Amino acid sequence: MRIVGISAFYHDSAAALIDDGQVIAAAQEERFSRKKQDSDFPKLALDYCLEEAGVSLSDVDYIAFYDKPFLKFERLIETYVAFAPRGFESFRKAMPIWLKEKLFQKSMLRDKLRESAPDYNWDNRLLFAEHHQSHAASAFYPSPFASAAILTMDGVGEWATTSLGMGNGNTVEMTREIHFPHSLGLLYSAFTYYTGFRVNSGEYKVMGLAPYGEPKYAQKILDNVVDVKEDGSFRLDLSYFDYCTGLRMTNEKFDALFDAPPRDPETLLTQREMDLAASIQAVTEEIVLRLGRSVAKDTGEKNLCLAGGVALNCVANGKLLRDNAFENIWIQPAAGDAGGALGAAQVAYHHFQGQLRKLNGVMDGMKGSYLGPEFSQEQIETRLTESGAKFKVLSEDEMITSTADALANGKAIGWFQGRMEFGPRSLGGRSILGDPRDPAMQKTLNLRVKYRESFRPFAPSVLREDVADWFELDSDSPYMLLVADVAEQHRREMSEEEQALFGIDKLNVPRSSIPAITHVDYSARVQTVHEETNPRYYALIKDFKEKTGCPILVNTSFNVRGEPIVCTPEDAFRCFISTGIEVLVCGNCFLVKEDQDPELAEDYKDKFELD
Amino acid sequence: MSFLKELWMFMRVRKKFWLLPIILMMLVFGGLVVLTQGSAVAPFIYTIF
Repeated sequence: MRIVGISAFYHDSAAALIDDGQVIAAAQEERFSRKKQDSDFPKLALDYCLEEAGVSLSDVDYIAFYDKPFLKFERLIETYVAFAPRGFESFRKAMPIWLKEKLFQKSMLRDKLRESAPDYNWDNRLLFAEHHQSHAASAFYPSPFASAAILTMDGVGEWATTSLGMGNGNTVEMTREIHFPHSLGLLYSAFTYYTGFRVNSGEYKVMGLAPYGEPKYAQKILDNVVDVKEDGSFRLDLSYFDYCTGLRMTNEKFDALFDAPPRDPETLLTQREMDLAASIQAVTEEIVLRLGRSVAKDTGEKNLCLAGGVALNCVANGKLLRDNAFENIWIQPAAGDAGGALGAAQVAYHHFQGQLRKLNGVMDGMKGSYLGPEFSQEQIETRLTESGAKFKVLSEDEMITSTADALANGKAIGWFQGRMEFGPRSLGGRSILGDPRDPAMQKTLNLRVKYRESFRPFAPSVLREDVADWFELDSDSPYMLLVADVAEQHRREMSEEEQALFGIDKLNVPRSSIPAITHVDYSARVQTVHEETNPRYYALIKDFKEKTGCPILVNTSFNVRGEPIVCTPEDAFRCFISTGIEVLVCGNCFLVKEDQDPELAEDYKDKFELD
Repeated sequence: MSFLKELWMFMRVRKKFWLLPIILMMLVFGGLVVLTQGSAVAPFIYTIF
């Protein structure tokens, strides 16, 4: 039985295809359309999934959509009624798009599908899952556990913003929900907005900024803004927020509580924003920990599955793991709405169709999250040649050795191999790599390669067998969704003078023997690399370890600020030629910047809207 | 027509018949807004979409 899952019409459109419960392909539309967080119907992603499975749309048994538009509309109306007459401006702007399009999503979907399969009757084959049901399914069904507690947290779907429950065999049952407008995701987004970053994309930046600050405002937030109970349930004081009725996240009362208006985007970051970031991060962690403990108590499970946008908060995830309420935690790599496409397909298969779930007993069902397009060596050579690239074709061993040598010599490497990742993290399929021992690497990659804020940290990829020697972590973290501290023996003692530094000044002090991936609080967002899921990347790090003694690489996404991660060899070449990346390794093709025609470079820095 | 049928079924399942007059009024007023405005560009704010 083949089922396609679709998430669309909000942000991060995506398509996924499962065949008899096995995940065959999944990808976000933005990677194909090159529009960041593209929200249109994922036509290109869907075409790719069908091509990967070698089928046409009429060979698909069901199409599952990741949320229920009527329920969402009900929430909108009830919210407007509850707050009337406030909110009229928001109502006036929202209703046209709902009355013209969004309310008719079923027929819109049917029309889009008819374009590809005109003679097919979609009426009984189009299924709808609830938003948090999709998240919960994407968290549990692909996990390696036969049974587990499930916790999903995000901004908002229909009504639910947080849901708790458990999965067992082929059933997922959510037993508790927290409903809109009380939302942990929206609380975090409110501080994202208030600290001058963009809602829905700047949340990572707030998390990255937090270690530079002190959680000075955490108690103020808990005393005034959010009331958190022992079991992790919470209520927001809505008088501080504007998102129910207005066009902003926070209001004047919020400004008065924190003694200033929101920071203007792209202006200088001060210690205040860092302290605010640290404070909301601390509050979020406290809520996540309490929710985790309470779902552990409810279910008696030793395994936990997480999904929803808040599950991308890897700092909170790391703390949850160390809290020991659970022995094992598995986090869906596409925890945001894109992953809802996969979840919806799995709801259709296991829940609506009652099909059994098969576990392989070794790995999870995500195949390392390498679920996107792949290009053969022949295709890569043709596409690079057509792009005007000059390259050498190396044998497998030569390619690995040359890349490891270039890394050891401090080069920034574009690494394009195998299938593209599904989810927001690059995991060694479409990555920019560097040497973590180089103290200048973080600044170089941020400013010269990625054109992004210098404070933003980078993540390490480490061989699975070496993770415990280098980090205070001894479990799998294949999707870069757990944060752990660098192991004591690799840290560098700080002088008193260095310890007294504040804010961004901390950035320039190397804190360990792998400074490029050690954040200012010694933390690192760890990816464990497994030979079974990515043998080439594993071989590269192993070779680098043999040369340098260090089994770790800096791994960041292959894109610049505001650009979707590269998908094709052409995208990779364009990014390589136009930025500070010095070497591109694309399949077995090895490209050095000096050999290329500089005329091919584009003005890449200003090409993308800032995120 | 199938849209109205589905909307009716939705209200039955959710037991939200009190929404009916509001939705009807909204469809009338919303229709007017759409007709007079012409554009369906909504603002970028989290909860609306």
